[in-house]
Amino acid sequence: MLRLTNVRKVFNAGTVNEKVALDGVSLTVNDGEFATIIGSNGAGKSTLFNCIGGSFYVDEGSVFLDDRNITYIPEYKRAVEIGRLFQDPMKGTAPHMSIEENLALAYLRASKKTSVFSRITAREREMFRERLALLNMGLEDRLKQPVGLLSGGQRQALTLLMATLVPPKILLLDEHTAALDPATADKVIELTKKIVEENHLACLMITHNMHSALEMGNRTLMMDSGRIVLDISGEERDGLTVDGLLEKFSAGVGKELDNDRILFSKVE
Amino acid sequence: MSSLLSFPVVVSALELGFIYALVALALFLSYSILNIADLSTDGCFTLGCAVGAQVAIMGHPVLALFAAMAAGVCSGFIMASLQTKLGVEPILAGIIVNTGLYTVNLAVMGFSSNLSIFKNETIYSLFKDWLGSDWYRLVVSIIIVVIVCALLAWFLGTRMGLSIRATGDNEDMVKASSINPGFTVTVGLCISGSMTALSGCLIGHYQKTCDINLGTGMVTIALASLIIGETLVGKHSVFRRIVGVILGSCLYRFAIAIALRLHVPAECLKLVSAVIVAIAIASPYLKQQIAFQKRKLSSASSAKGGDGTC
Ligand SMILES: Nc1ncnc2c1ncn2[C@@H]1O[C@H](COP(=O)(O)OP(=O)(O)OP(=O)(O)O)[C@@H](O)[C@H]1O
Ligand SMILES: [Mg+2]
Repeated sequence: MLRLTNVRKVFNAGTVNEKVALDGVSLTVNDGEFATIIGSNGAGKSTLFNCIGGSFYVDEGSVFLDDRNITYIPEYKRAVEIGRLFQDPMKGTAPHMSIEENLALAYLRASKKTSVFSRITAREREMFRERLALLNMGLEDRLKQPVGLLSGGQRQALTLLMATLVPPKILLLDEHTAALDPATADKVIELTKKIVEENHLACLMITHNMHSALEMGNRTLMMDSGRIVLDISGEERDGLTVDGLLEKFSAGVGKELDNDRILFSKVE
Repeated sequence: MSSLLSFPVVVSALELGFIYALVALALFLSYSILNIADLSTDGCFTLGCAVGAQVAIMGHPVLALFAAMAAGVCSGFIMASLQTKLGVEPILAGIIVNTGLYTVNLAVMGFSSNLSIFKNETIYSLFKDWLGSDWYRLVVSIIIVVIVCALLAWFLGTRMGLSIRATGDNEDMVKASSINPGFTVTVGLCISGSMTALSGCLIGHYQKTCDINLGTGMVTIALASLIIGETLVGKHSVFRRIVGVILGSCLYRFAIAIALRLHVPAECLKLVSAVIVAIAIASPYLKQQIAFQKRKLSSASSAKGGDGTC
């Protein structure tokens, strides 16, 4: 379970460029809950993830993971329990290491029973092969190839697999399909659904695609100017259309949702 | 070729090739894998030689190897701390450590610029009677280098080793993984320092002397060996890359040996080294260019051979 209380983050405080990126955000995400997050450009979505993941520390408020206060825990220590995917598929894998070595690293770093001198066993290698086969991308026959040779979609699928090989407490997906072509994006989205469901993960997904925002998961959050302005789940969400969602937004904030990519995806 | 390379020349080129391969392996770790240009290599090499010679003089030729490695770890640790704890740029950190090491090395050598261990037992002389006077130096060098390579290849497949490799390969990934880049850089540089110092120690025992300027230019030579190796073997599995580094180091020694046989005066050797290094470093690019020019030429000639409508 993830819990944020009154989190505030100000960039360039005390200068003309001062920017309140998060303005008192409180949020609880339970295990097995899959929330999608939408909002205007600059609403603070990525900043929210950076605060949870520990890329920087919050200015006020606290972050709890399973009731453990992680507000001042450094990023690399949090990463054992927090899986993250970014928009850029190049960010999640080491290009000059083979598929197997990337998976080995992800597995060894996250599983509890390893030491610094642990190596991958034959059984674990077989497990990698099986998991890769589930991606349906033929990667299981390319274990020894460097990851740099894979396409963006393949790399992102691999990153997703790496982040969930040992299920984390929470998975943070920041527009992780935005850089992929539509067909590959669909594939990675399907994969995300499957992996999150199978492992019963708590998951937060930022998206600019209103359809996936409503279709995926069981909760939708909307952010604006560093605040969560809408939080819907259950029946209220089930019957909602994209237009309905946009209406709710303008009613809540008093302005139209301003996101070039959302407008674009609405036209589609 | 046979007139150029007599048997003793080949053997001594191999001996030096294997001993200096350890510095190239150190650079393989710091430069190829961690992406850090470690300019403290020169000083660290002399440090290993000085410590190894002193401990041999005290009468412990085997302990000398470990003492030198420990000294190398210290040098690597300081180099890493400057970078990770004090935010000094890697190149500057290397220069600073290298400068400091000069005094440290003099101190280790008892403030004399030269140390002789002719009268003392060395790691090589220990095995002389046993292995025969033709082969003992080569065999001992090969055994030590093979052990180091096996340990290094094994280590780079462990969780720590993979983390070190990822640190140099994709910083963004490492930041979002549970890897502390400061720690992996430190471990990597300590190991790299220990290999450089071990190489220095072996050279000291091999030549039975230690000179304060022994390490000068070492980083260039090691880099040349490394790049010759990577050009030959390519960036395949870690094991193959390690073998490539050793191959590169031996080839470099053969090139120097041939230069010497061609009566290149000893004063010009540094220039010869620099030329070999330049060729080695430029060769991947040249290979690419030649392939490109070939393709251009062949496509131009096939276009001429066609109907000429374009
Ligand atoms: N490192 C930083 N330094 C200064 N300002 C920043 C930094 N990171 C984010 N900001 C600012 O904080 C605000 C929120 O940014 P954030 O990246 O969280 O937006 P977002 O909701 O993810 O937008 P998008 O949909 O465009 O990705 C923006 O105004 C941005 O300029
Ligand atoms: Mg963003």
